[in-house]
Amino acid sequence: MNSETVRSPMIKPKHQRLVLVMLALTALVGAGLLAAWALSRQASYFYIPSEIAAHAPEQGRAIRLGGMVQKGSIKTMPDGITIHFTVTDGKAQVPVRFSGITPDLFVEGSGVVAEGRMEGATFVADNLLAKHDEKYVPREMKDMVSARSKQGMAQTK
Amino acid sequence: MIAELGLAVLWMAAALAALQLVAGALALRPDGGQLGGLVRPVAVMQGVLVLIAFVALVWLFVTTDLSVKLVVENSHSAKPLIFKIAGTWGNHEGSMLLWVTIMAVAGAFVAVIERRLDERTLIATLGGQAFISLGFYAFLLFASNPFARLPQPAEEGQGLNPLLQDIGLAFHPPTLYVGYVGLSIAFSFAIGALITRNVGPAFARAMRPWVLGAWIFLTLGITAGSYWAYYTLGWGGWWFWDPVENASLMPWLAATALLHSVSVLQSRDALRAWTVMLGVLAFSMSMVGTFLVRSGILTSVHAFAVDPQRGAFILALLAIDIGGALALFTLRVSTVTEGARFSLLSREASLVFNNVMLCGILGIVLIGTLYPLMTEAYGVKVSVGPPYFNPVSAIFAFPMLVVMAIGPLLRWRRDRLTGDRAARVTWPLAVCAALALAVFAGVEALAHHITLLPALGLALASGLFPASFLPLVGRNLRRTPLPVWGMVVAHAGIAVSLFGMASESAFSVERLAALTIGESRDVGPWQVRLDGMMPVAGPNWTALQASVSTRYAGAAPTVLHPMAETFTNPPGTRNESALQTRWNGQLYVVLGEQAQDGRWQMRFWWKPFVPLIWAGGAMVGLGGLLALLGRVLSDLRRLIARDKIAYRRTRQGR
Repeated sequence: MNSETVRSPMIKPKHQRLVLVMLALTALVGAGLLAAWALSRQASYFYIPSEIAAHAPEQGRAIRLGGMVQKGSIKTMPDGITIHFTVTDGKAQVPVRFSGITPDLFVEGSGVVAEGRMEGATFVADNLLAKHDEKYVPREMKDMVSARSKQGMAQTK
Repeated sequence: MIAELGLAVLWMAAALAALQLVAGALALRPDGGQLGGLVRPVAVMQGVLVLIAFVALVWLFVTTDLSVKLVVENSHSAKPLIFKIAGTWGNHEGSMLLWVTIMAVAGAFVAVIERRLDERTLIATLGGQAFISLGFYAFLLFASNPFARLPQPAEEGQGLNPLLQDIGLAFHPPTLYVGYVGLSIAFSFAIGALITRNVGPAFARAMRPWVLGAWIFLTLGITAGSYWAYYTLGWGGWWFWDPVENASLMPWLAATALLHSVSVLQSRDALRAWTVMLGVLAFSMSMVGTFLVRSGILTSVHAFAVDPQRGAFILALLAIDIGGALALFTLRVSTVTEGARFSLLSREASLVFNNVMLCGILGIVLIGTLYPLMTEAYGVKVSVGPPYFNPVSAIFAFPMLVVMAIGPLLRWRRDRLTGDRAARVTWPLAVCAALALAVFAGVEALAHHITLLPALGLALASGLFPASFLPLVGRNLRRTPLPVWGMVVAHAGIAVSLFGMASESAFSVERLAALTIGESRDVGPWQVRLDGMMPVAGPNWTALQASVSTRYAGAAPTVLHPMAETFTNPPGTRNESALQTRWNGQLYVVLGEQAQDGRWQMRFWWKPFVPLIWAGGAMVGLGGLLALLGRVLSDLRRLIARDKIAYRRTRQGR
């Protein structure tokens, strides 16, 4: 054996496949563990106002808030682009602040999902998802919309 | 009439696919030789028939036949012609027909041109292709018939979602589908080779152009989709880690790994089982993507099928195809003999490392995409976004990019980095690494607010770009084979794209403002002024159009026109952003609503070097195209040479 092969040894024939399999498994298990650890820290949970009232989430942690925009609650600040409004689920209210262009279907009384974080008692939204059209409803809103319409049906009966 | 013809032809094509599968299976038995001759012509005929069915559906959309349910639900007579055609695949049934069409046409193409692979493996491949197709035929014919008629013709169609009425849509889904379905050919080749126990360089040579072609289309499809999201959604972002985007990214990651390992198998006869496994994985990811996007499990503009039965159907197909392939792999993997060996410092080893890293990223993206679905089963609603995907995938991506700079310079089988190889490999790489370090130090010193990830990205891109050209050093450039050029261009494209991503994330400036007409604002180096508002009308929409004059650092002003469009059929709105592109970046303007006091809400971004993201993506696709062209040219040359030899032989024999 010369010095060259010592520096970069050929892997023994029987071992090559084993090494490859071990390497792949290690990487995949590593990826899985890493993903699990990161998900436990980074996944953003979905809240409705009464859940925030009962058990407030950690300040500054990314969460999503869903509910109905309370009638008469949308107020535009003097800068023209910051709005304050209240999201309600019928049991509790959360004040929300948002700076930016609101989605077209964002109106009082409609459903909304806001992405953002709690700062004090106010929810600061980075992004608002409202209904895009008749067919598009944010996944979390679907149950709520149907639950509310059922409730409404029950009341009118 | 056309609708019935289309449906009849589709049934015939499905019957031929069944024949292709049975004939292929019987031909592989020891005494089934004669049936083998049937497989190729049947595959060709099947491709022709499905193409006729697809053309029939396009025809129905172009003429807006309002007795056909699908046309009524997704089209409108006032729509421009290009969107009538694009509307053919802008819905669930049509897109599944497009899928089957591309699959059958690709199968026919394999049957016509593949002559070098041994006949038994080819028959097994076409049989495998027919098996996958049959599942999709069943899905179309039993659960999503695109040709169904209404009992009463409708007065007018319901139109197409305004978000989808964009020229990008005309090309984005077909491009991605060609990519997905090209991977189905690679999958079928892997199955064929496993069945006939013929995993080796010949199989890799047959499979490689298909992987390459599919990968080019996926690359371009993802790049175009990202640009489409960037300018139509008006959110200023170019990648949202949306499940639908991930569904196209995952097959791309697997195809990238497959593309590199199939090259190793072709030229070095190593990584046999690994390549077959990746072939199965790549198409599995296409199927998982289709399932996620089309089953209605995710709500988005892409989810046409909200019928849970259809979701279950796709899930069953997924389980049968992938489960069957994995079972076959487990049974046959022990008969795939050990490939050629290589040392830890060799081009093969670097490719293996990067393959593993790509699979790691794939795992990260897959877990992140499925996690919300899994938790929802337990009643917990979560969403997973950039704070998870960006750093965690970077943990795998950055080492991979470092090895990507080194690998192409290493020799096959075994290399060393001393003596004459030091001058050829070590020193040039050290210079690139020094450049990367200098950029990192510069960014950290001059701009403190930049977070670690973009700073690392800028540094890595600056080192990677020159490093990707090193394989050309010392070569005669005119004699350098096209595939080498392809590799260089594609790797440089990755660096260019990375630079754009990092720059966008590090240096973007955003301004939100409510402006009265005549009012100005500064956006980074730009000065913007709202000049006026004007109503405009299109063929099927009306809009408010703003005139915004923009000046870059005191230069002559140019006028941009962002619009807020209102569609009537179906009712909907869309914010059409306006973009001003310079060599060093893009200004992005979105028009919002009118506030109560009469001011107009506007949003501006100055995004330095953001076009490099898509320019890099296009370079990656171009690199793939060069490699494919090199392969096609060498095949042609070989064919011409063979013809000449045959010609001389006949003359001598005369």
